[in-house]
Amino acid sequence: MPQDFARNASITRRECVAVLGAAAGSIAVPQAASAAAPADTAGTHSVAVSLRVNGAAHSLQLDPRVTLLDLLREQLGLTGTKKGCDHGQCGACTVLANGRRINSCLSLAVVHDGHEITTVEGLAHGKNLDAIQAAFIDHDGFQCGYCTPGQICSAVALLSEARHGDASYVTADLSRTGPADLTDDEIRERMSGNICRCGAYPGIVAAVKEAQADWSSASRSKGGQ
Amino acid sequence: MNPFQYERARDAAGAVQSVSPRSKFLAGGTNLIDLMKNGVEKPEVLIDVNRVALASIDSQPDGGVRLGALARNSDTANHPLVRQRYPLLSQAILSGASPQLRNLATNGGNLLQRTRCPYFMDPGFTQCNKRTPGSGCGALEGFNRLHAILGASPQCIAVHPSDMCVALAALDAKIRVQGKSGERIIAMAAFHRLPGDKPEIDTNLDPGELIVSIDLPPSPYAAHSHYLKVRDRASYEFALVSVAAALELDGGTIRSARIALGGVAHKPWRAEAAEKLLAGAKPAPDLFQKAGEAAVAGATPYRDNGFKVEMAKRAVARALANAGGVA
Amino acid sequence: MITIGDPLARVDGPAKVTGEAKFSAEYSIPGLVYASLVMSTIPSGHVQFRTAAAERAPGVVAVLTPANAMRLPAPEKRLTLLQDDRVYYQNQPIALVVAETLEQAHYAASLVEPRYEAAPAKLDFLAEFPQSYPGQHNGEPGDQSWGDVEGGLRSAAVRVEQTYTTPVEHHNPMEPHATVAHWEGDHLRIYDATQHITGVQEDAAKLFAIPKENVHVTCLFTGGGFGCKGQVWSHVMLAALAAKQVKRPVKLALERPQMFGPVGARPRTHQQVTLGATREGKLTAIRHVVHTNTSLLEDYMESAAFPTRVMYACPNISTTSRLVQLNFGTPTYMRAPGVATGTYAIEVAMDELAYELKMDPLQLRLANYAETDPHSGEPFTGKHLRECYAKGAAQFGWSKRNHEPRSMRAGHELIGWGMATETYPGKNLPASALVRFQPDGRVLVASGTQEIGTGNYTVMTEVAASILRVPVSQIDARLGDSNLPEAPISAGSMSTASITPAVKAACEQARQKLIALAAGDSRSPLHGAPADRIELQDGKLVWTGETSKSEPFSTLLQRNGNRPVEAMASTKPQLDPKTPCHSFGAIFAEVRVDADLGTTRVKRVVAVYDVGRIINQRTARSQFIGGIVWGISLALLEDTHVDWRYGRIVNHDLEKYHLPVNADIPDLQVSALDIPDYKLDTLGARGVGEIGITGTGAAIANAVFHATGKRIRDVPITPDKLL
Repeated sequence: MPQDFARNASITRRECVAVLGAAAGSIAVPQAASAAAPADTAGTHSVAVSLRVNGAAHSLQLDPRVTLLDLLREQLGLTGTKKGCDHGQCGACTVLANGRRINSCLSLAVVHDGHEITTVEGLAHGKNLDAIQAAFIDHDGFQCGYCTPGQICSAVALLSEARHGDASYVTADLSRTGPADLTDDEIRERMSGNICRCGAYPGIVAAVKEAQADWSSASRSKGGQ
Repeated sequence: MNPFQYERARDAAGAVQSVSPRSKFLAGGTNLIDLMKNGVEKPEVLIDVNRVALASIDSQPDGGVRLGALARNSDTANHPLVRQRYPLLSQAILSGASPQLRNLATNGGNLLQRTRCPYFMDPGFTQCNKRTPGSGCGALEGFNRLHAILGASPQCIAVHPSDMCVALAALDAKIRVQGKSGERIIAMAAFHRLPGDKPEIDTNLDPGELIVSIDLPPSPYAAHSHYLKVRDRASYEFALVSVAAALELDGGTIRSARIALGGVAHKPWRAEAAEKLLAGAKPAPDLFQKAGEAAVAGATPYRDNGFKVEMAKRAVARALANAGGVA
Repeated sequence: MITIGDPLARVDGPAKVTGEAKFSAEYSIPGLVYASLVMSTIPSGHVQFRTAAAERAPGVVAVLTPANAMRLPAPEKRLTLLQDDRVYYQNQPIALVVAETLEQAHYAASLVEPRYEAAPAKLDFLAEFPQSYPGQHNGEPGDQSWGDVEGGLRSAAVRVEQTYTTPVEHHNPMEPHATVAHWEGDHLRIYDATQHITGVQEDAAKLFAIPKENVHVTCLFTGGGFGCKGQVWSHVMLAALAAKQVKRPVKLALERPQMFGPVGARPRTHQQVTLGATREGKLTAIRHVVHTNTSLLEDYMESAAFPTRVMYACPNISTTSRLVQLNFGTPTYMRAPGVATGTYAIEVAMDELAYELKMDPLQLRLANYAETDPHSGEPFTGKHLRECYAKGAAQFGWSKRNHEPRSMRAGHELIGWGMATETYPGKNLPASALVRFQPDGRVLVASGTQEIGTGNYTVMTEVAASILRVPVSQIDARLGDSNLPEAPISAGSMSTASITPAVKAACEQARQKLIALAAGDSRSPLHGAPADRIELQDGKLVWTGETSKSEPFSTLLQRNGNRPVEAMASTKPQLDPKTPCHSFGAIFAEVRVDADLGTTRVKRVVAVYDVGRIINQRTARSQFIGGIVWGISLALLEDTHVDWRYGRIVNHDLEKYHLPVNADIPDLQVSALDIPDYKLDTLGARGVGEIGITGTGAAIANAVFHATGKRIRDVPITPDKLL
């Protein structure tokens, strides 16, 4: 079972009073999901937007300057998606919009009216991690964990792109169709839009490879039935 | 980001009717939103054209292909028609940015990408004739490793950042645009401008015109083309120098050639002298080297980018060799 | 049961892969407002402001400038905190806007109009050398010499004398610095992205002149630090200042460009290295003179000459360090400070010497192997570098190397093999930890350390589980809160060697209490057992030799008032700081250089480390790999481009400041000898976080020379330098 890190601060406060005689102070509350737009958007014309995030419908009135990333993090309480550079230069903010990976920092939220957004919070199946999430843990495909949600969203899309036969810059033969052959170099190129400063790239490649192999064997066994 | 009014256009005509000097069209946003965050672009109105039906990619009766202006870069690169008939374009697009950005970026937006010159992108530098006409060029005597060696002016030595456009230049694409008074066609070679004394104007698009498609003529180059990109890191970076090379081979002879360079000028740089030199000749390494030399004839480097002259020369030779299968 | 060293998967892994792990910018407090900084655009001078437009902008709560920011009781020059109108460098925080939303704050910040009065700026690094001055690093003097260096050089049959340079580098952890600050009366609550919660607590207490206990700092996860989150910077205190002034909780997250200047950097180094050697390759003298930049705000010295003092047996060594003051953002510790840059220079110089001598580079290292500390002659606490060389060379196939440059080629690609020695000091600091057996059957292990990616939750869990013999699933590791027992900064490869002895001691003390409770409890099956006959097994207390006599510790605690049993332990470094204690390693790299285009790609790397005991094979491996990735980056990519006319950074973003992407990194084969060093600490670990970057830059630069015959002495080795 994953430990409940979100509750860590309050637990340690209470539990360690005995040890340290700590002084009182406020305790942070998890960011509440709110459908309300910021109170004051004067100076801009707020825009009505409806979108689904991880299956949940949201109808919002938004300052059009709000990026999809800031909508998720600052208004919907979905802080799993990370802000690394805010300029499309690192990939930490990668989410799936209608199933496709995008940099949510360079996309205004109002553009996504009617779209289905999937974030890292929406990938697990109930209490079970998605195969790619489990593979990232198995292969230690991260250290600090900050780029990880973006890496994982990217990897999910990569696998579906490869099944669809999408090519990359290192694909030797563009005329060849059918699912892409995910060599290590193909995975490296296709994951290059997600920077990891901890340098966990070898583990990331191994994790994507394993998830790809799992999918291939699963689809082969399905095909055989 | 400055406050702005957000509008959604339903169709191209509506978009073109509602546009004004205060507004900008918003497509993928990967460049415009970036520049708005930096305070370089400050439109008062954004007209979101993402829902305009201009995203299809279709075969044309003449054997060419029409690329919708709002087709995403990734969809364009992976479209079977493009992969079969214009692998050079697929390769060029796939060499650029990242999968996430290519999923957002549109073909029309790619054409309108602005330079990545740091003096342009950072208002903390006071000098940039492109951002603030008349303020001077910060790069001219500053950090100019990434800057132009061809076609620059004392007013601006920035380069056009696109990979896609380099392939489009080599493929003689035509840009179909719609304005208030109707449609017109601009040849790719005439679409982007050299800086001259008006570096603030990137293209020959008239104010308020909307790109509706990129039309690719039938191409004899599908079998022998290569897009070569040279950069510091292995991926996710703009080119130091790039080359789109395409050969039409007839037996052992080059019938015609197309060469365009990226990262060297304010626009994708067609190397017509080099193309002429190749036409009618037999592919050979020394011929390709001569083509490389011809491609950079007249190059003027600055303090930090002298290497680009030699690099471009060699990149042309390599791209031709790869295209011709005589590596 | 788990044993120390087992590759336990990260216990915080599920939180990190689901987005549940909460980073500092992700806390919200009712009433929260957003702050945005205004940064200087001149390198030196004075500034005043016109703020009317910003104040009128929608949603603005306050515009703080030196004219209206509250006076701090105890300001610190190192931090620019709106206490005066001075500008010391480009991109210095000079004003701050607070607004209801992030968008409003950013926009209003763009409306603040600074009016500068520029002053002359020191911006020419080389021209300032005559004004340079000596420095120190963590109390160690920058200059140290022994023997007769001039004599050693005169008597040398072969000399190498070269200058090597490394550029200013910026840490750029993926998580930008971020602070949420909130006052309740004179109590300050801070959520901060930091490598040192106690440091934040102490600095805040000092600046605002409040008791340390009034400051409560939390940081459950740090999204990478690499040194830049080790110290407290302006923005942390500006967030607290703003929160006090507007009387609301304030969130201040730095934008990426704001991480180029105000939060430290690895300074530029200019290193003159002179080696003298006999014809047989024995070093007769080493001279290492280093100039590095520092700022007008503080003296930070990059200790690039320090590794030269320990790497090779040589009777005559002189190391000199000089600081060059510039109007530029202050430098600070960055992954393997001094050692990453210093080993680059000295290990390339050794390669040059090997070529002068026509000697295999590995043989040259072996010929100068330091059996004892080259200065004091004292034995190392443990040094097994020879095994690292041998194992690494065998795994890499080094014996098949042709010494001649440009001797290997595949098509357009020139192939090169290079190697280098790696080293990093073994050190630790005082730390404390709490271990608590709870009646619900869980064990809490807590220490006020940080998780910056090194795996501290996991390491604390692993050490406690293996010592207590309690299943991992029953252990809860807690860290990142200033109310926990105090622990040191997560830096200098010291965390594991500092924290784990405290965890071990707390485990042992808590277990003794538990055993005493059981032995004295007449209702326990263990009643009356001698203490040395009771042990924990799989979470149960067991009377050894009497297997039927056992009970889960939870049963014992439930019966005894349902109260926990706990112990807190504090440990101090046990090693005399004068005792030479260093980790070592050997790295071998293969590069491919495009003969025409000059692009270099690393093809494979083999590295073997002697770092004491490995506490967790999985997380340690990731740290070695991360270090090597940083070394590749140092060798080939990272460079802060500055327009020195203005002292302004040109590539203050992640587009043009090149961090490696996935495609830059090949398969990296790393291993460790895993020989414990119990002289440093009771667990025998010496730390693994930084050694991986050391030597790597040189191994790659040496491989590039082997491939091309071109010796590049100014990293990064970009394609333009190889054309």
